[in-house]
Amino acid sequence: MKRGNPWLWSAAVLVYAFLYIPLIIVVLYSFNDSRLNAEWVGFTLFWYKALFNNTEMLLAARNSLIIALCASFCATLLGTMSGLAIHRYKLRVLPVLVFTPVAMPEILLGVSILLFFLQVLNFTLGMVSIIIAHTTFCIGFVAIIVRARLQGMDESIFEAARDLGASPWQTFRLVTLPLIMPAVVAGALMSFTLSIDDFVITFFTKGVGEPILPIQIYTMIKVAVTPEVNAISTLLMLLTLVMIIIAARLESNASSEESTKPGKTVK
Amino acid sequence: MIKSEMKEKQLARLLVSAPPLLFLIVFFVAPSLIMILTSFRFPGEFGGLAPVTPPSDKAIGEYGFTSDAYQFFFSDFIYTEIFLKSFAVAFGTTLICLILAYPLAVLIARSRKHLRNLMVLLVILPFASNFLIRIYAWMIILGPESALSHFVNTVLAAFGIAPVTLLFSPFAVLVGMVYVHLPFMVLPLYTNLEKHDPSLLDAAQDLGANAWQRFWRVTWPLSLPGVFSGSALVFIPVLGMFAVPDILGGTGDILIGNLIKDQFLGTRDWPFGSALSIMLTLAVLSVAGLTTWFARSASGQRAT
Repeated sequence: MKRGNPWLWSAAVLVYAFLYIPLIIVVLYSFNDSRLNAEWVGFTLFWYKALFNNTEMLLAARNSLIIALCASFCATLLGTMSGLAIHRYKLRVLPVLVFTPVAMPEILLGVSILLFFLQVLNFTLGMVSIIIAHTTFCIGFVAIIVRARLQGMDESIFEAARDLGASPWQTFRLVTLPLIMPAVVAGALMSFTLSIDDFVITFFTKGVGEPILPIQIYTMIKVAVTPEVNAISTLLMLLTLVMIIIAARLESNASSEESTKPGKTVK
Repeated sequence: MIKSEMKEKQLARLLVSAPPLLFLIVFFVAPSLIMILTSFRFPGEFGGLAPVTPPSDKAIGEYGFTSDAYQFFFSDFIYTEIFLKSFAVAFGTTLICLILAYPLAVLIARSRKHLRNLMVLLVILPFASNFLIRIYAWMIILGPESALSHFVNTVLAAFGIAPVTLLFSPFAVLVGMVYVHLPFMVLPLYTNLEKHDPSLLDAAQDLGANAWQRFWRVTWPLSLPGVFSGSALVFIPVLGMFAVPDILGGTGDILIGNLIKDQFLGTRDWPFGSALSIMLTLAVLSVAGLTTWFARSASGQRAT
C-alpha cells in the first residue's frame, strides 16, 4: 500500500474504538455480579435467569416478535411490488411515497399515524397500529434493496422470456422472482430487524395495551436500571447478528452463483 | 393479439403498483393531511381535540378552525429558542460526525477490496444493534460512578476545578447523537471517495503539491457531494430526535422532538403538537432542499 498513512490509521482505530467499546461494555456488564454498572465484581448468569423469569418481558418479546413477523411480511410484499413498479414503469407519485418515510424523522410518522388512528379510524392503538406504522416505513427499505438488484440485471432476460411466449405472470414467476429472491429475502430480514428494534414509531403508536420490547427496555432505562437491561441487550444483539450473517450469506451465494454462470456480462 | 397483450401489460402494471400506492395513500398521505388539519383545530378540554361544530347551541368553548397553535408558538420566545437549539445540536452533531468519519472514509476507500468490505461492515455492524441499547451504553460510560467520570474529575481536581457530572448534560446529548448517527456519515462519504481516480492525486504530487494541498485542492472539492448527502442524513434525523435528550440529557436539554412528544403523550395539546410537527417538516424540507442544491452546484463546479 503506497499511502499507508499512519495518521489515517490512528484516526480510524479511534473511530472503531468509539463505535465498539460502548457495546462491549454493555455485553460485559450483563455478566457482572453487581447491581451497579460501575465496576467489575465477578461473573454471573443471574441477570439472564432474572430475565427469563420476568413474565412481562417475555410477553413483550413475544408481542414484538409477532409485530415484526407481520410487519416484515406486509412490507416485503408491498416493498417488492414497489421496487418492481418503480424500476419498470416511469412513475411519479409512487417513488415519492415509498422513499419519503425512509428519509424523514421517525417522530413525524409516529405522530401522524397516532392522529390518524385516534381521529379518523376511531381505533384504539395497539398491535395493529404498530404493525401498520412499521410496514409504512419498511416498504421503502425493501423497495430500495429490490430495485438495486433489478438495476444490476440484464433487461434482455425479461425480453427473451416474453419473446418465447411467456405471459407477464409467467415471466414474473419463472424469471423475475427467482432472480430477485435474494433481495426479497434480504429486504424481509432487514424489515424484521428494523421492526423489532424500532422505538420511536412504536412509542407513538403503542397505546396503553400490551407490553412491547423496546418500550419495556425504555421503561427499564428510565425508571430502574439493572443489568437485566444489559442481558436483554446482549440477546438482541446476538439475534441481529445472526440475521445479518444469514442475509450476507444469501447475498454472497447469489452473487457467486451469477459470476459462475457462463457468458454473464459483468456491468 | 397485440391488443390483448397491451391489456395484459396494463394489468401487470396495475397489479404491482396499485397495492403499495393504495396502502401508502391511506397510511401515509392521509395521516399527514390529518396532521395539517389538526394543527388548525382547538384543543379539547381534556386533551385531544374540540369538535369542529359545537354539540349544542349553548355549548361553551371554542369550535371550528383557528391558527391559535401557530400564534402560540410565536407568543413565547422559549419555543423559537428550542428550535434554534435543535438546529445548533444538529449542526454540531453533523460537524463532529464529519470530522470523525472523513479520515475513516478516506482510509476505507484507499484500502484493498476485501479489506474494504470488512471495514464497511464493521461500521454498519454496531448500527444494527438496538437503538436504545446504543444510547443506554453511554448511560453506563458517562454515569457518575463510571471509570471515565472518575478519571475526568481527578484530572479536573488536579487543576483545582470542581467535579462535573457528565451524564444528563448537553455534552452527553451530543455524544449520544454522534454515536447513533455516525454510520450515516461514513457510508455516503466512502461511496463518494471510492470513485475518485487515484491518478489525480499522483498528478497533483508530480506537479509539486504537498499532502495538505492535495487534500484541500483535489480530494475535498471532489468529495463535496458525499459531504452534503452525509450531512443531510445526519442533520435531518438529529433535528427530530427525542430519545437521546430524553435519556442522556438533563431537564433543560429539550429539543423539538421532546416538545412534540410532550404534546401527544404528556400535556395532550394535539393542535400545538401538530403545528410543531408541521414546522419540523418544513425545517426538514428546507434542509433537504438546501443540501441537494449545494450538492448539485458542487458537482456542477467540477464539470466546468
